[in-house]
Amino acid sequence: MNTQPQQPTQPTRPAGKPGLLGQLADFFDDRTGYRALMHEALYERVPGGARWRYVWGSSLVFAFMTQVITGLVLWSSYSASAQTAWESVYYIQHEMAGGWLLRGIHHVMAQAMVVLLALHLMQVVIDGAYRAPREVNFWLGLVLMMLVLGMALTGYLLPWDQKGYWATRVATNLAGLVPLLGPSIQQVVVGGPDYGHHTLTRFFALHAGFLPATLVLMLVVHLSLFRKHGLCARQPITRPDAMFWPDQVLKDAVAMLAVMAVVLGVILMPALRAMLEGRPIVPGELGAELGAPADPSLPYAAARPEWYFLFLFQFLKVFEGWGATGEFFGAIVVPGLVMGIMFLMPILGRWQLGHRFNVAFTLALFAGIGLLTAMATNEDYTALWADRGSFADVEKLLEETGGDTAKIAAHFGNDTVQIAAFQGRAKKLEKIRHSQSFLDAVVQAKADSARAITLAGRPERIPPAGMLELVRNDSLSQGPRLFAQHCASCHAHIDPDDPAAAVVLAKASAANLHGFGTAAWMRGLLDPKQVAGPAYFGNTAHKDDDMVNFVQNDLTDAATWKPADVEAVIAAMTAESGLTGSGLAGSGGKAATKTPNDELVNRGRALVADGDRCGSCHTFRDNGVAAGSAPDITGWGSREWLVGIINDPTHERFYGDSNDRMPSFGKAEPGSAPILTPRQVELIADWLRGDWYRPAGPGH
Amino acid sequence: MPHPQTPVDPSPDSRAPDSRAPDRRAADRRGFLAQVLAVICGGLATLPPLAAGLWMFLDPLRRRGAAATFLPITELSSVPDDGIPRQFAVVTDRVDAWTGFASEPIGAVYLCRQKGSDTVEALSATCPHAGCFVEIESQEKCFRCPCHNSKFIFDGGIVAPSPSPRPMDGLECRVEKNGGIAVKWQNFYTGIAEKVARP
Repeated sequence: MNTQPQQPTQPTRPAGKPGLLGQLADFFDDRTGYRALMHEALYERVPGGARWRYVWGSSLVFAFMTQVITGLVLWSSYSASAQTAWESVYYIQHEMAGGWLLRGIHHVMAQAMVVLLALHLMQVVIDGAYRAPREVNFWLGLVLMMLVLGMALTGYLLPWDQKGYWATRVATNLAGLVPLLGPSIQQVVVGGPDYGHHTLTRFFALHAGFLPATLVLMLVVHLSLFRKHGLCARQPITRPDAMFWPDQVLKDAVAMLAVMAVVLGVILMPALRAMLEGRPIVPGELGAELGAPADPSLPYAAARPEWYFLFLFQFLKVFEGWGATGEFFGAIVVPGLVMGIMFLMPILGRWQLGHRFNVAFTLALFAGIGLLTAMATNEDYTALWADRGSFADVEKLLEETGGDTAKIAAHFGNDTVQIAAFQGRAKKLEKIRHSQSFLDAVVQAKADSARAITLAGRPERIPPAGMLELVRNDSLSQGPRLFAQHCASCHAHIDPDDPAAAVVLAKASAANLHGFGTAAWMRGLLDPKQVAGPAYFGNTAHKDDDMVNFVQNDLTDAATWKPADVEAVIAAMTAESGLTGSGLAGSGGKAATKTPNDELVNRGRALVADGDRCGSCHTFRDNGVAAGSAPDITGWGSREWLVGIINDPTHERFYGDSNDRMPSFGKAEPGSAPILTPRQVELIADWLRGDWYRPAGPGH
Repeated sequence: MPHPQTPVDPSPDSRAPDSRAPDRRAADRRGFLAQVLAVICGGLATLPPLAAGLWMFLDPLRRRGAAATFLPITELSSVPDDGIPRQFAVVTDRVDAWTGFASEPIGAVYLCRQKGSDTVEALSATCPHAGCFVEIESQEKCFRCPCHNSKFIFDGGIVAPSPSPRPMDGLECRVEKNGGIAVKWQNFYTGIAEKVARP
């Protein structure tokens, strides 16, 4: 069968009789010629010897290979749909073995790749490596750069978290600014008129299919052209030539190792910090972040592009006030012109002056990018280092005058110098305020993300409808937002033990609902010093009403109300709310806190129901007091009671006609929907009661 | 038989280094340390993505299915005492990676009661041959697997010749005092003669 003649010996074949391994190697070499290929690949001449400045290209190939390896494994566990993308990434990051490390490497290496691209480009331009005959390879390099940036842009969306979602909305809206075709381009990329399943499937296909496949094709041509032309040596050549293997390969390998070390360092730095501070290391918190799940109904003020696109974000601000034309100019025309000039570089570089221009242009471009990035960072973080206290007078004057220019001018006696100085400082203050709201949004985003991750870890796991449904039904996530939106214009929700609380509390025009339903809240209500204070009825229409009179006059009469009686009433009322002990519902300490004994509760109930005491106004259980004179306090502070009073405080069960300004949130006017849905009212009630999911901590 | 007969260029190293280039053998000797270092550095650089990739790719090996437990299936009154098996869905909470499904059908069992008996026999609907869903052939009064035509009589016994290596898998079944029927839901390895429960 084997009639093949003896093949001529190749120069790389070892002399002497080959062993078993050698025979195998010969077998494959005869049929593939791999030795010649290896020889071709490794024994490239490096004119002037190996240099560190040549490592960037190899490092980029290495970085890309890392992305291919990590990306393929991530792909094996990623699920691209609006209901599973966040969930599968959560699962990879927090539950799969080594998922945090794999995702971390993929995420950080993507950023390293952008840096390496910049270095490679700079080296090529400075060395004039784009000159004939290497023009085509330079153009290929620019295309490769755009492909890498495209992969960075599309990869950002895939976790389907708030950050990626909002950044992608901006990016795709900018694509929509292209004249004529823009809206169609946008709709094709987004996969329809709105963002959803097909946005993810399309971005994923781009990120893991079209773009890398194109990149590999281009890279093969790029590398073969590089080999065809040989290395463009730094002139003048002063040292002897060397071989690619092992001299340059060693330098390349060291560079690759350094890149990987930096990547791992970025991933593991927080772990090291935690270790030094004695905190436990949570692997899921290392590497790439995962924000809260994408929610188109929730504003996301912390939205920023990835840092390497921050310059573009800042650059667009230059065109603020120009409308869509300005954005088109800033996001498409100028970057297009810059790319155009870069494509022309090989032509311009034919002349010595042109080459100088190219180098200057590239350096200026990177300097500009650096400057814009620094400006963007400064704008966002300026509140961290600015001394806001020194602007106290500006803040005070602005508040007093309401920003009215005439009043401000009058304040300075129409002294134009002082007014100008003031306006300058007011502008600075505004920047600090903007920065502060960004920083607050970042804190909020972190809290939302942590909460979503906690919820995802529930034993019941994530519902089939996805994480967003769980977050939207979580009282801890929604309660504060609903409260801020609908309740906080009157009610405070401030921990009275917090020293800063008193100042803020004074501004509230209704009771402080922090800890409503607990013994501490009730004790404050029955405290003659507090009942007419801002935390209770002080700023309401009820401040001179019967309840305040009763607490201030009757309760202080030691003959009828012994301190033990008041304690019994508190025990009885917290038994109504179910928030016994000091804690809120389910606050982890519930089991540990003492439930008041039944005897005390029963005695308290008798006192509350008593027609000469609370029962002279309040309906309580079966004391027979007609509704209307005061709220029915049966079940006070319970979920059902809270839902009832939020729905309709004007109901005769609660304040009836004497309701002070509080809207009936759940009661619809004829022909319109109620302000809050039943579920929203429940979420507020649950949040006020501290009733939300808490993971079983250690020791439980 | 065709055979690769690639003609080999007698001098594949057509771009042999000229006189300026250093002698390759000498370079090899001088560069031995460089070669070793290059391989070590390159290997170390590639190790983290490969290791992390393998680590996560093998994650499924850490996962265990739900422990075999008795699940309520139906009432005794719903299983007629006529010796003919009836199919019932097995419904329980199920976790699929990150998703939790509450009360979901996860499989099926056949329950069969003999005339006048208060005990119930339970058979898994999974064919022991290759894991297809075994159906009832009401005309032939037997079970038949649609995939490879394994046949089983109503007590699960094998009808020879059969591709199935063993009879249908019986499941532990108990009738509670209140008349409820509970079955110990288990999966078994298919294709082997012994009935071995999956972990």
